[in-house]
Amino acid sequence: MALENTMTIQKFAEAPPRISSTRRLLRVFMGRKIVIFGIIIIVLLTLMAIFAPWIAPYDPNAPALMNTLESPSKAHLLGTDQLGRDTLSRLIYGSRVTIIVSVVAVNIAAIIGMTLGLIAGFYGKVINVIIMRAMDTIMTVPPILLAVTIAAVLGGGIKNVIIALGIAMIPPYARMMCGQVLSVLKKDYIVAAEVGGASNLRIMLSHILPNCFPPLIVLLTMQVGRAVLAEASLSFLGIGIKPPDPAWGSMVSEGYQNLMIAPILSMAPGVAIMLVVFAANMVGDGLRDALDPKLRGTL
Amino acid sequence: MKTLIARRLIEAVVMVFLTTVMVFLIMRFLPGDPALVYVSQNEIDTATPEQIAEIRHKFGIDKPIPIQYVNWIKDLAHGDLGRSVISNDSVNDEIARALPRTMYLGGCAFVLSIILGIPLGIVSAVRRGKTADLISTLIANVGITAPTFWVGIILILIFGYYLSWLPIQGWVSPSEDLWGGISHMILPVICLTVYPMSAVARQTRSAMLEVIRQDYIRTAWSRGLNERQIIIRHALRNALIPVITLIGMNIRQIFGGQVLIETVFNIYGIGKLSVDALFSSDYAIVQSVVLFMAIVVVLSSLLVDLSYGYIDPRIRQD
Repeated sequence: MALENTMTIQKFAEAPPRISSTRRLLRVFMGRKIVIFGIIIIVLLTLMAIFAPWIAPYDPNAPALMNTLESPSKAHLLGTDQLGRDTLSRLIYGSRVTIIVSVVAVNIAAIIGMTLGLIAGFYGKVINVIIMRAMDTIMTVPPILLAVTIAAVLGGGIKNVIIALGIAMIPPYARMMCGQVLSVLKKDYIVAAEVGGASNLRIMLSHILPNCFPPLIVLLTMQVGRAVLAEASLSFLGIGIKPPDPAWGSMVSEGYQNLMIAPILSMAPGVAIMLVVFAANMVGDGLRDALDPKLRGTL
Repeated sequence: MKTLIARRLIEAVVMVFLTTVMVFLIMRFLPGDPALVYVSQNEIDTATPEQIAEIRHKFGIDKPIPIQYVNWIKDLAHGDLGRSVISNDSVNDEIARALPRTMYLGGCAFVLSIILGIPLGIVSAVRRGKTADLISTLIANVGITAPTFWVGIILILIFGYYLSWLPIQGWVSPSEDLWGGISHMILPVICLTVYPMSAVARQTRSAMLEVIRQDYIRTAWSRGLNERQIIIRHALRNALIPVITLIGMNIRQIFGGQVLIETVFNIYGIGKLSVDALFSSDYAIVQSVVLFMAIVVVLSSLLVDLSYGYIDPRIRQD
């Protein structure tokens, strides 16, 4: 009997140390090379946006009418545009618009959408119907057209583009949050909290919200890529930041005017947009693999 | 099933109604006075305040907003969408002119995204990890990444300028000149197809991988059925529900893409019409276009819901 006991103790002692859940998440998240590639792109882009004045070789808005539409050379790595401005410098400065608009718009949409979804799911009945029908109504209009319309109402400018995209992107968060809340509400720990006398607000914020997060974080990352595309589309249509300041979408559109002479003018910002969207999608995929093991490797 | 259809129909009507309210209100906040736009468009040099008041009266914008809304709905019920303040044409005519183009382009893109996207997804799920999977996953991942308008510009550069194979601008009606029409449609349709096709492929792959693990698929194999039967009859049918949901959402996506693609290819369809109207505060057109899109979107999501019952008998019985 005594012998058996010591053996069990030994067995336990030899068992591998438990890996903390954070470390497990990190290991899965960083496990795929493509995810690391995405993270690197995003970090580089952020650094590029922050240090734009130091990195950019030229002033992005300074016209040089002597050397317009130059092909790429040592002096101008990506050539110059129809006003002789350096494309590379404009690309570097344009990353600021891309980052600010997409990150802020996605966060606005997420905060409003999640709050609405939380309220709708928690209180149910009439409140649920009102909020979710309002979301469905917004969703009947294609997001791009809705954003264009809102931006047209508010007028141009970076702030209004952020608001327009922020509103257009609310419904997915509200829907997903509402669904999550409904599934969490059935759990025993919610009943326990109620029995323990917790207030509605406390139940919502400290018991429901944290348990709804994983899929919403994934949605948020995925939406960053969509927001980058949407911002580029708006500035391509001429809505958004005012010329001469550079934005990638408007650079594609300006380059389109001189497609035959200097195709690189619209190719370069297009490739930049694709890289960023790809990076955001890959990071989103990686996060989903880490947070939702059931779906690992299916997308 | 019948109650489900009835309930969804009522919901659809409510949704369209709510959309009319939303659109109408947003339109009233558009900057720029439509009457002044009309004056400048029609080159009336000396517009006295009386004349402007008359123009306001003509377009019915001198009345309070709720009455304007009721009048708009009344006219809608009579099939009259109002008058453009820019061209002074009837909005019915403008939309009738633009609609076929948008429907041709959008319809082709919609059908193509399904008949290309689903097989792409199936192949990559069934041949998971093989070369076919890598290629189709790559196509799908690039497809959801590339900006629609930029794909258009690349295609114009390659097939229009460098190879000179296809026309790059404008529109020819396929009913008048079949080859001319088709050749004008090829590039815009490709652009509109890329994103929804890739999204369908990704969703199909994901759903198929989920289904292929199930016991009934192993049972099907053990019964000695051939691969084709198992994939189509047993796996695909069970994987189809999320794919169809996505296909329903793609209609919105394609409409949104048309706003951009019609601008790139200079095609005067619904998308370009609505953008131009927005820039010139021509709200009679914008509200009609948005209403039209809302109806299409609501009807399509109704069809999607009904198709669930067709595909999955379990849903029919509930």
